[in-house]
Amino acid sequence: MSDLMNQPLLEVKDLKQHFNINMGLFKSKPLKAVDGVSFSIRKGETLGLVGESGCGKTTVGRTILHLYKPTSGEVWYNGKRIATKEDINEFRKKATMVFQDPYSSLNPRMTVSDIIGEPLDVHKLYSSKEERRERILELMGHVGLNSEHASRYAHEFSGGQRQRIGIARALAVNPDFIVCDEPVSALDVSIQAQVINMFDELQEKLGLTYLFIAHDLLVVRHISDRIAVMYLGKMVELADAEEIYNHPLHPYSKSLLSAVPVPDPKIARANQRIMLTGDIPSPLNAPSGCPFRTRCPHATKLCAESMPEFREVSSGHFVACHHMD
Amino acid sequence: MALLEVKDLHTSFFTDAGEVKAVNGVSFNLDHGKVLGIVGESGSGKSVTAYSIMQILASTGKIVGGSIKLDGQELVGAGEKVMKTVRGNKVSIIFQDPMTSLNPTYTIGHQLMEAILLHTNRNKQQAKERAIEMLRLVNINEPEKRMKQYPFEFSGGMRQRIMIAMALACEPDILIADEPTTALDVTIQAQILELMQQLQKELGMAIIMITHDLGVVAQMCDEVIVMYAGSICEQGTADEIFYNPRHEYTKGLMRSIPSAETAGQKLRPITGTPIDLLNMPAGCPFAPRCDAAMKICLRERCQRMQINDMHQAACWMNVKLGLESGELSLDNTNEGSDAQ
Repeated sequence: MSDLMNQPLLEVKDLKQHFNINMGLFKSKPLKAVDGVSFSIRKGETLGLVGESGCGKTTVGRTILHLYKPTSGEVWYNGKRIATKEDINEFRKKATMVFQDPYSSLNPRMTVSDIIGEPLDVHKLYSSKEERRERILELMGHVGLNSEHASRYAHEFSGGQRQRIGIARALAVNPDFIVCDEPVSALDVSIQAQVINMFDELQEKLGLTYLFIAHDLLVVRHISDRIAVMYLGKMVELADAEEIYNHPLHPYSKSLLSAVPVPDPKIARANQRIMLTGDIPSPLNAPSGCPFRTRCPHATKLCAESMPEFREVSSGHFVACHHMD
Repeated sequence: MALLEVKDLHTSFFTDAGEVKAVNGVSFNLDHGKVLGIVGESGSGKSVTAYSIMQILASTGKIVGGSIKLDGQELVGAGEKVMKTVRGNKVSIIFQDPMTSLNPTYTIGHQLMEAILLHTNRNKQQAKERAIEMLRLVNINEPEKRMKQYPFEFSGGMRQRIMIAMALACEPDILIADEPTTALDVTIQAQILELMQQLQKELGMAIIMITHDLGVVAQMCDEVIVMYAGSICEQGTADEIFYNPRHEYTKGLMRSIPSAETAGQKLRPITGTPIDLLNMPAGCPFAPRCDAAMKICLRERCQRMQINDMHQAACWMNVKLGLESGELSLDNTNEGSDAQ
């Protein structure tokens, strides 16, 4: 791989997103949805982002695109920091998003061609009506929709087809980078595989870079080059996909991976699951120090006192844990 | 005699657009203490099959044919009075969404005791003791204190534990679990599945596990039914279904799951979209999406055939293979089809 390929397309440095939650009259409390996350994504790469509900993975995706204004931290794209309003506007022509729910993320009053055409209108990416129409049909072709679908409404489509419409919309501005927020979790298994393949094919054809957010670890493993694991707003582990599956180091990653039901009866029966006790703490009352310590079998006093550093333990394998041995 | 015998069950919904045959000729048996998995995609009829057993269908839904026998007693057409003695006592159900299946305005204790008082002869004090005992059984800490709390004070995993406690309070013979872990995170899902397995061993009830997750099936089930468009396409022991699938739909389903081997490769999805239940084709409902479909698949539906004593499938491919290998001949195909 050349140096150019190794250059990160997107860099996130110590990103924080705190929401103020109203706790009654004049009182509010910060909910630290994302609390100091750093990573980078290379051009053409797929980074999988996994974690359980409330861990902040969706917020990371949205904050990168500046759908929320970051509380602090930096987002760098192609070697340039996204800071001003103009930067954000330019950035959004290169970076888009596919949403989880294909039912609520499409406007029921708009036809398919208007849904896909809206980003073109917003960013004024055509010079004539004819050009707009051609571009919309081309995009529909990319995602396997027929031209006769153009004048229909979203409710006339199945879940899988709706997700295709959402993907076509994300592709409209000709982006380099797409945040895919649980794009297949609302779909049936047989349809899920079709959509995953489409993501693969589009990546090859258009040279896309993905941040693929999901909670289904089998799907993430299939599609990702590298995988990052989040817990309560913090990144706890980041490594190559195969590395993290074969040698997870953080106790949370270990239990998360062992909890995945394997679709193979013999393996499933023999599988020794690492059971976690209790539930995920509320991010409003996150534990001091390491966020995982309340459920961690190895937790010690040190874990309560300080948050372990997110450090590289072997080439490309980052972990945040005090007890690495 | 099997604990539950479902024979040629037909359940339809009568909508403005026409009759939707949600369950279309489903037959299976369930023995004491067994875990039966029903898998299928949305709209395959797996939940409606369960709701038909409990007779808790929406007002537009109706059982239009077939028989459901519980311990030899016919439930189809038996009336509300009989069903009231069945629901909760003999057959219990837990639903997918623990957030909406508890009443937010009553305490957990009230809701648990309500179920116990309704179905048993216990008095209030005994019911309370039983409720606390059940909470302890499903690993809820400080059950006495928890009894006085409202559903919003519990997490999703704990609410599902409470639903399980409620369902098992009257020691049913059958527990129907309708996607019990779909709304939960994986680590919480693992806890709930383990709890269900442990309770199943302790209390010895049979479980019908309805899910779309083949991983959950592999972990939990002795027997598996695969449903598509309201019919059973394949049924057998978990090992048979996973290692020797004999219906093209099951094969396609297995192929389309991502795994360690598929990393970096293309998945092999089932093409097309699920069938419209209002416009069912004459032949096999899966034929329009099937790569191996033959002429006969489009014309005529294949009856369920015995593959071996632990395995049945309704796929013309098996007839074709049988004819080619000489195990079947044209005049005994019909006998073979009737084996079911």
